[in-house]
Amino acid sequence: MTHLARSRLVGWRLLQAIPVIVGIIIVSFLLTRALPGDPAAYFAGPAADAASIEQIRVSMGLDRPLPVQFVAYVQDLVRGDLGISISTGQPVMHELTTRLPASLELTGVALLFSIAIAMPLGILAATRPNSWVDHLCRAVVTAGVSLPTFFTGLALIYVFYYLLGWSPSPMGRLDFLHLSPPKVTGFYVIDALLARDLETARAALAQLLLPAITLGLFTLAPIARMTRAAMLQILEGEFIRTARAAGLPRRQVLFTYALRNAILPVITTLGMVFSFALGANVLVEKVFSWPGIGSYAVEALVVSDYAAVQGFVLTMALLFVTLNLIIDVIYTLVDPRLGLEE
Amino acid sequence: MRKPLLDIQDLTVEFATRHGTVTAVQRVDLQLHKGETLGIVGESGSGKSVTSYALLRILDRAGRIASGSIVFGGVDIGGATERTMGEMRGRELSMIFQNPRAALNPIRAVGRQIEDVMIQHGLATRGNARAKAIQTLEAVKIRDAEQRYHAYPFELSGGMCQRIVIAIALACRPQLLVADEPTTGLDVTTQKAVMDLIVELAAERQMATLLITHDLGLAASYCDRIVVMEKGKIVESATTEQLFARPRHPYTQRLMRATPRLDAQVSDLLPLDDSRRVIPSQRPAGPPLLEVEQLVKTFGKRDSADAVRAVDSLSFTVHEGESLGLVGESGCGKSTTSAMVMRLLDPTSGSLRFAGTDLATIPAKAFARHPLRSQLQMVFQDPTDSLNPRWSARRSIADPLMRLGKLSRQDRYRRVEELAERVGLPGELLDRFPHQLSGGQKARVGIARAIALNPRLLILDEPTAALDVSVQAVVLNLLVKLREELNMSYLFISHDLNVVRLLCDRVMVMQAGQIVEEGPTARLLSEPAHPYTRSLLEAIPHPPAMPATLPPPLKESA
Amino acid sequence: MTTLTADGASPLAGVRRFLRHLLYVMTDNPMTAFAFMLFLLIVGAALVGPWLVPYDPLATNAGSTLQPPSWQHWFGTDQLGRDVFSRVVVATRLDLMIAVSAVAIAFVIGSTLGAIAGFYGGWAERITGRCMDTIMAFPLFVLAMGIVAAAGNTVENIIYATAIINLPFYARMARTEVAVRRNAGFVQAARLSGNADWRILAFQIFPNSLPPMMVQISLNMGWAILNAAGLSFIGLGVIPPTPEWGIMVAEGANYIISGHWWLALFPGLALMLAVFTFNLLGDGLRDLVDPQRRT
Repeated sequence: MTHLARSRLVGWRLLQAIPVIVGIIIVSFLLTRALPGDPAAYFAGPAADAASIEQIRVSMGLDRPLPVQFVAYVQDLVRGDLGISISTGQPVMHELTTRLPASLELTGVALLFSIAIAMPLGILAATRPNSWVDHLCRAVVTAGVSLPTFFTGLALIYVFYYLLGWSPSPMGRLDFLHLSPPKVTGFYVIDALLARDLETARAALAQLLLPAITLGLFTLAPIARMTRAAMLQILEGEFIRTARAAGLPRRQVLFTYALRNAILPVITTLGMVFSFALGANVLVEKVFSWPGIGSYAVEALVVSDYAAVQGFVLTMALLFVTLNLIIDVIYTLVDPRLGLEE
Repeated sequence: MRKPLLDIQDLTVEFATRHGTVTAVQRVDLQLHKGETLGIVGESGSGKSVTSYALLRILDRAGRIASGSIVFGGVDIGGATERTMGEMRGRELSMIFQNPRAALNPIRAVGRQIEDVMIQHGLATRGNARAKAIQTLEAVKIRDAEQRYHAYPFELSGGMCQRIVIAIALACRPQLLVADEPTTGLDVTTQKAVMDLIVELAAERQMATLLITHDLGLAASYCDRIVVMEKGKIVESATTEQLFARPRHPYTQRLMRATPRLDAQVSDLLPLDDSRRVIPSQRPAGPPLLEVEQLVKTFGKRDSADAVRAVDSLSFTVHEGESLGLVGESGCGKSTTSAMVMRLLDPTSGSLRFAGTDLATIPAKAFARHPLRSQLQMVFQDPTDSLNPRWSARRSIADPLMRLGKLSRQDRYRRVEELAERVGLPGELLDRFPHQLSGGQKARVGIARAIALNPRLLILDEPTAALDVSVQAVVLNLLVKLREELNMSYLFISHDLNVVRLLCDRVMVMQAGQIVEEGPTARLLSEPAHPYTRSLLEAIPHPPAMPATLPPPLKESA
Repeated sequence: MTTLTADGASPLAGVRRFLRHLLYVMTDNPMTAFAFMLFLLIVGAALVGPWLVPYDPLATNAGSTLQPPSWQHWFGTDQLGRDVFSRVVVATRLDLMIAVSAVAIAFVIGSTLGAIAGFYGGWAERITGRCMDTIMAFPLFVLAMGIVAAAGNTVENIIYATAIINLPFYARMARTEVAVRRNAGFVQAARLSGNADWRILAFQIFPNSLPPMMVQISLNMGWAILNAAGLSFIGLGVIPPTPEWGIMVAEGANYIISGHWWLALFPGLALMLAVFTFNLLGDGLRDLVDPQRRT
């Protein structure tokens, strides 16, 4: 296929994200406006009196009809205004952007960790069905999806912090002995390395390790399961038999022929994995007091801080859509068969 | 006698399954000389493919060579290391498969796939691989080889894919080519082109060929020698001439008899003492039953550039008690035609008069409850796919009776039993599920269901394409018997002129949505007027005629 | 057989065949048998647990707080002196009830929508597809958080939220399973037999699409339990002192770093065991309902 056709296809994928984003904005709007109860009371918080509720109602435009409110809501979004958090008094947008790097660092490291383990495990299991590796893979997969992340996190803390003492106190991104590195990317480990502060980088990594493993263990299962299934299916394929009958060496058959085909369904599952990871992220952040947007949302929930929760849901959804879009574009570029049917 | 290139002695292959060890190939002996073409002929489950996989040592994980020896060019294949085998495969002995599209890596350009093999065996370097791959493509007669080099399998036709597979197999000039059903699923004209190519390249390169096929006609046309396999054993082995002049083994004789050929009537497909053989009687054709006029089906948006006329101004008539054949290659529109006549699909325009009523004006959705529904029935191509896997045979046959018949429960029960008896399905099989029935039994269930409502017109959509020839022989005779007993008309759709000929009074040949020729079967086959009909007829491999007297068969156990 | 039924064996024979097949599946794969036993144990605990436990799950006892596991208190006691074992067993009913209701709602609505979309295509397919895409555009747990937060902090809302985030799985699955069979030979044959469309969808295509959905149900049960527990772990839905696994782990979490591990461990293990059971059962269920393997 020509480059032109391919870039048009990529453009088409990007356009397809628009209705999804519209859907997200509508749902996030409806979540607070169209549900039972008085939204003004929600946003004013539990401690507010009748006068301040009324004030909120007018300032948010809740006394006007829904379509008007929606337009105002979209206008606010475009300006980057997600409202004010009643618990901290800060703009929600500001709090989310400062806390987002912490969440991204944790999720990113966790995903790298789980891909690095799950894919080789899945490949090994598929090349040796019913061997011990295969059984190990199945056990890890089943156990992995059965473990509640918050429970794994607590178990790891108990063993590695309380019993063995190998791990630092599970409180945030850095212990109190270190100052946070000068902000460049917002990722502490990278920023510390950029500042050539190895000691802080090590400390930040030590804090990161347990929560990242906790989260990684949870996403291990779907990746390993999909890799194994896709590899098994491809290896039984007729073109693998052709390649073997033509005398291609095992390595080439396995990697150039089988893996490149098997990776396609695995890329598709990554979307689901991101969904799991971002959801579980909330729980892990709470367990490890990780100052990301997940723990922010949990704290906001406890005090019924509506603007904060709504902003959090919206941010997560947009993040997820972006990730899915990246997956789609990669897939479009990798698979030559795509686009023919459209 | 010179030493054979390939010498298989006493080969036994076993598979480990859930129900214990299964012997797929039992004590097989085979010799093949340089430049020779040997055919292995057998029906499904005969072990012919397993033998060839063992020869290249590419058996599934569950399979293993239990005993015997395979010696190829002085190398003991059974005992060779995996490394030696890797060097031999593709370079000394190669293989091509059925379903060529699936046999190619779907996301790698075909030229690269040829390169991989040449580089692996040291016949090309990264620098000159591309030029050599293009040469190889040209050798298998692919036009525009330079452009095709970049193509992916999904962009090529089935015949083209098979040429690529051949190019991969022959890139390193092996001494032996194993061809496992290389043309199954391809159209007859493509089949001929592919087989001619293989034979030509083999002759040019002094290469030995092992052709594995279920089609005795194909083997007869292209092989020097033939071995016949049944249930994992070789039952007969002879030169092609000898085999057809004097088939000795009863299985060979049965197989030969069941293979449709020019001189045969439908009853000739079964042995003389078989109670299921039916000699068709001459019946005068009655008044018109189905009149199709100017039938058109367009897919895609009408009047747009990419609209496809799948069926283009089709007109034909089926008379009462007549069998009309509709022959064409894949994609010619014959399935679309049958779906419209069956009222499963709405035509774009045209009329369908059945028993005096124009059915084209009744939408397909509404026709399900129409009084004429019961008079128009169909037997489907794939007997497995056409039965609900969760229903017993009894439930499947009873379904049309429950929906359209007006019978009491007891009457319905008796009617199903009677239908089963009529199609030769033993009553005790009625409570089985499709996966517990053989292909022939499933075909009978499908036929019983189709005739349950006493239809006047039965469409047969390649009803025997998925069956082994010996089962096909029985089913074809059954269809003749049912037609006479129930006075039905048939519209028989098939790609196989040999089969259509056995059943039909008249034949239409269809190409690209249009009928190019129509006429009485005997005339059309002996004096085809249209060039397309001629090319179809020429492409069909015909087995030699049966000898007038068969030698006394050997003991079946021999 | 004296009473002849025209269209199948007698119902009794059907039951017998099913039981025989159940036995076959159990003996064929010991893991399935194990999972089935665990399943019975969990269902048993949910049904009769509250009458069997040694202590009142809500009764506090200031005299014996934070006791480690002993013969008196198998799983120890919590910070208010409540018996952890009794609380874990009693919690089974609530956790299971939430998961079963959520999955049932999701299955009924999702598979109906999906089957209609897959069978008729066109607008039905586009509209359901868009709705499901919108749900799937959120990280699902986050959406559940948002729904419960907005609709109110109750157990019913946890059920609805879990049902909504499970909907797309059933809808998509039903859509694909139905769409691949829409033009199958047996469906066309059914049309020729005079079946109306709805009848074909309900009695021919849908039952054949069930096996993969049964597996999905089982896996989703595990996932629904995890979700509900996760929501209550962050303080949504279930209100203390109601015994519920997620909230018990959350309360126990504060005592982990002081070494009182049993508060969080036992409810966590119970949770894990329940999810594990449903995941294992998924594969067993597939064998049970798949006629291809019924010999």
